[in-house]
Amino acid sequence: MGNITLKQVTKSFGDVNVIKPIDLEIRDGEFIVFVGPSGCGKSTLLRMIAGLEDTTSGNIEINGQDATDMPPAKRGLAMVFQSYALYPHMSVRNNIAFPLKRAKMDKAEIDKKIANAAKILNLDSYLDRKPGQLSGGQRQRVAIGRAIVRQPSAFLFDEPLSNLDASLRVNMRLEISELHKSLATTMIYVTHDQVEAMTMADRIAVFNGGIIEQVGTPLELYNKPNNKFVAGFIGSPKMNFIDAKSPDNDKVASIGVRPEHLQISTEKGMWSGTVGVTEHLGSETFLHVQLDGAGTFTVRADGECTLAYGDKIYLSADPSKIHHFDKDGVSINKV
Amino acid sequence: MAVNSSNKSKIIYTFLAWTIGGLIFFPILWTLLTSFKTEAEAISASPSLFMFDWTLENYKEVLSRSPYFTHFWNSIVISIGSSLVGLLIAIPAAWSMAFVPTKRTKNLLMWMLSTKMLPPVGVLIPIYLLFRDFDLLDTKTGLVIVMTLINLPIMVWMLYTYFKEIPNEVLEASRMDGATIGDEIFYVLLPIALPGIASTLLLNVILSWNEAFWTLILSAANAAPLTAFIASYSSPEGLFYAKLSAASAMAVVPILILGWFSQKQLVRGLSFGAVK
Repeated sequence: MGNITLKQVTKSFGDVNVIKPIDLEIRDGEFIVFVGPSGCGKSTLLRMIAGLEDTTSGNIEINGQDATDMPPAKRGLAMVFQSYALYPHMSVRNNIAFPLKRAKMDKAEIDKKIANAAKILNLDSYLDRKPGQLSGGQRQRVAIGRAIVRQPSAFLFDEPLSNLDASLRVNMRLEISELHKSLATTMIYVTHDQVEAMTMADRIAVFNGGIIEQVGTPLELYNKPNNKFVAGFIGSPKMNFIDAKSPDNDKVASIGVRPEHLQISTEKGMWSGTVGVTEHLGSETFLHVQLDGAGTFTVRADGECTLAYGDKIYLSADPSKIHHFDKDGVSINKV
Repeated sequence: MAVNSSNKSKIIYTFLAWTIGGLIFFPILWTLLTSFKTEAEAISASPSLFMFDWTLENYKEVLSRSPYFTHFWNSIVISIGSSLVGLLIAIPAAWSMAFVPTKRTKNLLMWMLSTKMLPPVGVLIPIYLLFRDFDLLDTKTGLVIVMTLINLPIMVWMLYTYFKEIPNEVLEASRMDGATIGDEIFYVLLPIALPGIASTLLLNVILSWNEAFWTLILSAANAAPLTAFIASYSSPEGLFYAKLSAASAMAVVPILILGWFSQKQLVRGLSFGAVK
């Protein structure tokens, strides 16, 4: 069981409200990702769920039980930190055994669980090393091992991959997703990387300035963003925004088009512009196009794109793929 | 050119360091040498550095005249005892200041340090009266208490700087893993901070061993440590430099040896936080 319910939860440091009242229902077995720019409160909220930060007001319920004032150890949650937070003086084996020893489990049982976790995470040959003798990826595996042996009702991940290099990050991302599938335990995952959010999440909560802007599946957020912030944050490269020509016209103040929804033509289109920098990634090409009198657009083209700096082009988009926002940035074309 | 000038400055600095080291060490060397002289040579107007008749007479005399080993034992009990009691108080104090600080933590630390700026004579009478009323005069217990209190600010400060170096996340991880505050301190904090705790302990043993003001005032015969033993040789019958030196040497050498063997630990402890 791993239901977590947040009811009107807030957090203030002195006069600063870091978390404005938040309501959120996290379902058993779900992989939810908290994503947002740095300083948006996502890590603070995770630490409040963990019990490492006090809750200023509101309630946190874990499995239907009020856990607002419960100490971290009593909440039955496990956490994986960005810095791994391994115990540097203990071997990998003892790191993983630590939570089990605290739970006064007997030795045979502990050994069995360690062996099991080591098998899942490929740690067999490192069990007697100290964390200092491991690479970043191995350390992160040990941290995950320490979390899974406890069989917690939910896992909390606080930007666990940001200290790893790019290729390792992709691997670990897959490993964590696979782990989620095999354990079917609730996971709350904090990241500022929207790619991690999109690829791993069952649901994503987009944070901004201490509030949740939108909660939904990756595709819901991608296709039907509630507002300009979510539209701009989800998707890579970012959505292109352009101010509407006549703001009085049915309240539309600005429109947005994703780079992958723009068609390029050399003859005609909705917007004309000049090609600036082109980024060739092999499978695709990003064109930065200077529009005539309307800022810059990023366009995703195919890998064979031959357009070059200074070329004159036209861009257009399927009207159904164009997002409309009112003057407050709220989405208005969605039913 | 660059290599040359850096070599030159290296020589100058080395020379300077040895000169300062020599200056600091000279009184101790002189005391050691004097302890092997006869009383006549010790007060001679033209003293010689090494060319004198070496004798062990002073040591024999000192050992026969006063109970050196009783004082030695007292010094050990007082210095190690007060350092251990101090650690028992300082570790939880430093833990709370380093990991659960409040707005006033910095002020509290400064205030604790400020007590070290107080001239001890300022509190001599109240402490003496308290000791008298609680029957602590000339007891090892009393001296352990007063040494603990005197060195506590330094212990808390040293441990605080050590603990500050330990990432909070490691302690938070232990809390998530089900550790109580006691488990957290015992199984996680202390083992990680062990080098720092060891150098805190060492420094405080040395400071208490050398402390003379309170030990001289609050002890007489029973609890008197080596400082009182030295002082007893600057007697009203006149100055006996050689015997005084022999007594001093016997008091200083044990701690000097301890310091020599632990110098690496001590230097690391004292420069911790300053060098990152």
